[in-house]
Amino acid sequence: MEKDQDKILKEVTQGEYKYGFVTDIENEAIPKGLNEDVVRLISQKKNEPEFMLEFRLKAFRYWQTLKMPEWAHLIIPKINYQDIIFYSVPKQKASGPKSMDDVDPELKATFDKLGIPLDEQKMLSGIAVDAVMDSVSVKTTFKENLAELGIIFCSFSEAVQEHPDLIKKYMGSVVPYTDNYFAALNSAVFSDGSFCYIPKGVRCPMELSTYFRINAANTGQFERTLIIAEDDSYVSYLEGCTAPQRDENQLHAAIVEIILNKNVEVKYSTVQNWYPGDKNGKGGIYNFVTKRAKCAGENSKISWTQVETGSAITWKYPSCLLLGDNSVGEFYSVAVTNNHQQADTGTKMIHIGKNTKSLIISKGISAGFSQNSYRGLVKVVKNATNARNFSQCDSLLLGDKCGAHTFPYIEVDNKDSIVEHEATTSKIGEDQIFYCNQRGIKTEDAIGLIVNGYAKEVLNKLPMEFAVEAQKLLQISLEGSVG
Amino acid sequence: MSLETIKTDTKERFVELYRENHNLIKNDSPDYINEIREKAFEQFKKFGIPDKTNEDYKYTDLNKEFDNTYKMYLSPKNIKFQVDDIFKCDVPNLNTKVILLLNGWYYDRENLIQELPGGVIIGSFQKAAELYPDLVKKHFAKYAGFENEGLVALNTAFVKDGIFLYVPKGVVIEKPIQIINILMDDEEGLTQHRNLFILEENSQASIVVCDHTLSMPNFVTNSVSEFYIGKNAQFDFSRMQNEHNGSKQVSHLYFHQERDSRVSANNISLHGGLIRNNVNVLLNGEGCENNTYGLYLTDKGQHIDNYVFIDHANPNCTSNQLFKGVLDDFATGAFNGKVLVRKDAQKTLAYQTNNNILLTDDADFNTKPQLEIYADDVKCSHGATVGQLDEDALFYLRSRGINKKEAKLLLMDAFAHDVIQKIQVPALQERIQDLVDKRLRGELSRCNNCQMHCC
Repeated sequence: MEKDQDKILKEVTQGEYKYGFVTDIENEAIPKGLNEDVVRLISQKKNEPEFMLEFRLKAFRYWQTLKMPEWAHLIIPKINYQDIIFYSVPKQKASGPKSMDDVDPELKATFDKLGIPLDEQKMLSGIAVDAVMDSVSVKTTFKENLAELGIIFCSFSEAVQEHPDLIKKYMGSVVPYTDNYFAALNSAVFSDGSFCYIPKGVRCPMELSTYFRINAANTGQFERTLIIAEDDSYVSYLEGCTAPQRDENQLHAAIVEIILNKNVEVKYSTVQNWYPGDKNGKGGIYNFVTKRAKCAGENSKISWTQVETGSAITWKYPSCLLLGDNSVGEFYSVAVTNNHQQADTGTKMIHIGKNTKSLIISKGISAGFSQNSYRGLVKVVKNATNARNFSQCDSLLLGDKCGAHTFPYIEVDNKDSIVEHEATTSKIGEDQIFYCNQRGIKTEDAIGLIVNGYAKEVLNKLPMEFAVEAQKLLQISLEGSVG
Repeated sequence: MSLETIKTDTKERFVELYRENHNLIKNDSPDYINEIREKAFEQFKKFGIPDKTNEDYKYTDLNKEFDNTYKMYLSPKNIKFQVDDIFKCDVPNLNTKVILLLNGWYYDRENLIQELPGGVIIGSFQKAAELYPDLVKKHFAKYAGFENEGLVALNTAFVKDGIFLYVPKGVVIEKPIQIINILMDDEEGLTQHRNLFILEENSQASIVVCDHTLSMPNFVTNSVSEFYIGKNAQFDFSRMQNEHNGSKQVSHLYFHQERDSRVSANNISLHGGLIRNNVNVLLNGEGCENNTYGLYLTDKGQHIDNYVFIDHANPNCTSNQLFKGVLDDFATGAFNGKVLVRKDAQKTLAYQTNNNILLTDDADFNTKPQLEIYADDVKCSHGATVGQLDEDALFYLRSRGINKKEAKLLLMDAFAHDVIQKIQVPALQERIQDLVDKRLRGELSRCNNCQMHCC
């Protein structure tokens, strides 16, 4: 126990970004730039069926008509899309690893370093992992065990080859390519991602997890996750991400689509730890993500939990479409920004079915020169009788040069619904710090303690292993913010 | 008298109107006002009338509302009526000084400016601009920025008349001043009055504004009021909006508060087809206090939109916002409150609350309370709810033998009382409580306090 504490302390004091290493693996990349040929080339490289290419081209043509959105409370430098490599693959033998032995040892070492258990023998935590490096899925573990239950858990490209009917039916059904600027871009050039199908009546026995890693320089990462949960099923899904430390900014624009049928429960947890840039705001990932879940059937429950500590710029609104009667949407979020990070994050709860419920708990923590905004929409349409929403958005300010902002939108169109929103913004109470100091806890540790207590409501919603990780992450992210 | 008909395409129409009547508009305005007028006109050409693509007007499309052929007065129209006979808007037991504005023009044309004891000046804005150029020049268009707001630019471009009030240093006006805005004409009309209130250091004043329509045609109002509240001055502002359902009112209030000043603004909206209230507050010194309260009771097809922007530019200031509303029938409403705490505004306390009750499924409410905070040593909070009357409370009352209708009224009354009790003038508070009671019972269909009983 003591050793553990020492370790944490060491990590805290040394601080900074610990996943910033670069793995030296040969990459096969296409030239920089974006045009219709690049889209065709990506599709061709992935050996995709015709309908995929059409989808990509439609999305690309639509994207060309769009302008970069400017409504977010973010300062986004102009992105030069011609200067990005849209497809990069770590070179591998043959067409894909058949067993652990086939995986590039360097690659394996990378994921070991990150603490991602690719090696099934060593795996005790019981998590099935799909690891995505740069543009492709590297290895999916526990696939066979899951297949026995009828669960399909594989990379997106594999799903395109093996289950084209499912892809055709569901891809773009929650986030259409016309949804927004980055959704259109992703739909055009997405490289890989995860695919998960839970058949009727199956309770997924283990946590499913995707791990995203950007490794190559100058590349953008565009992945797509599609989760389909049939009637009476359950799945808990985790997502983690890291990137090497580089001076230039890298673009990450992902899409996550979740479809819930009747009586389904899906938990989706994210620990986002992309490289946030250095102390002076140089480098870092631009994280523009569209995540949405559709409760299509009755009595379904979707729960988003996110811990956002990384990225130079975060633009992310995991949303719930509550179509089925009695469906429930939940959103738990901790967003930490330090140094020159910017985050504009929140959720959308669209109540369409009767007796739908939603809960939003958002905790923002800003330090350094960062800007942290909550932006959320709760919309109750006329037929959504008896809808219920409660939102709580708290912001904590650590320093006088950062900003915390709240932009909630509440739209109610019937009389049986109750919608509540509350938000507070304050700094850590001096009395609280004094109390800790008095008991021999250093100010820095006291802040870590208080922040963790403040975020506990959300961290508790994370699966065990993630919660520990997230707690450490919070402490590290705020490193050096006291002063 | 001149009467101009405004033609098609909202923005173009105003641009054309301005160009055609250039001389008439500029006539009898001092040069310094005409200079600002030109600048404002250029800005208006840029922005036009806001529509839904403007984030601040997301829930109220004014471009549509202004899109009609209205008449606009560029010089005062003579309508004579015996004030006392026709109109008794006075509050019992409230000893006030009453001032009338008719269709945006100062009513008492014979006596445009009055100097009261202690050096208080009150009267027509147009006349004041002519008689007290130094005073007006110093404050006019300084607080109501037309750089980003098309409607303020429009008002400034067409500025003619309105109310002017000047309270010198250290003067305390005991009596509340009551301003009654009357809209009365046989034809649909647009009025754009412009008010300027200057309270110097250590002064005190209290103003009650009543907005009324006295005839049936549809009216559109686009008014701008600027308030300069000097050091340590105290100002109470209460407004009652009670116009008929065909009227459309957009009002812009700009409060500029100096150090240690205190402003309390109450806005009671009882009736009105479309109401959009913009309140902008700049806390320009330390230790300011601002309280902005609002109550709106709407039914039928009415629409109410309250926009409040509080700029905490300095440390140690406090602001409170409380907006409550009941929406019946197919009424729609919106609230958009924004608190900005700037970098150095430490020790800020800012609170913002918006509660709404929807009585029917056709009623619709959108709320957007926002906090934008750049200082760390602050306490800011906001809360917003949209819901119904509390079932348990209703049950409690009914179990004590109160019938459903009465029980509901009782609860709504209590709901509204939170705002009414903030009104500083006791007699006025009583009067408004009475009006709200009647309004909730449906007895006050329009201007109960007006002897015309035109409805």
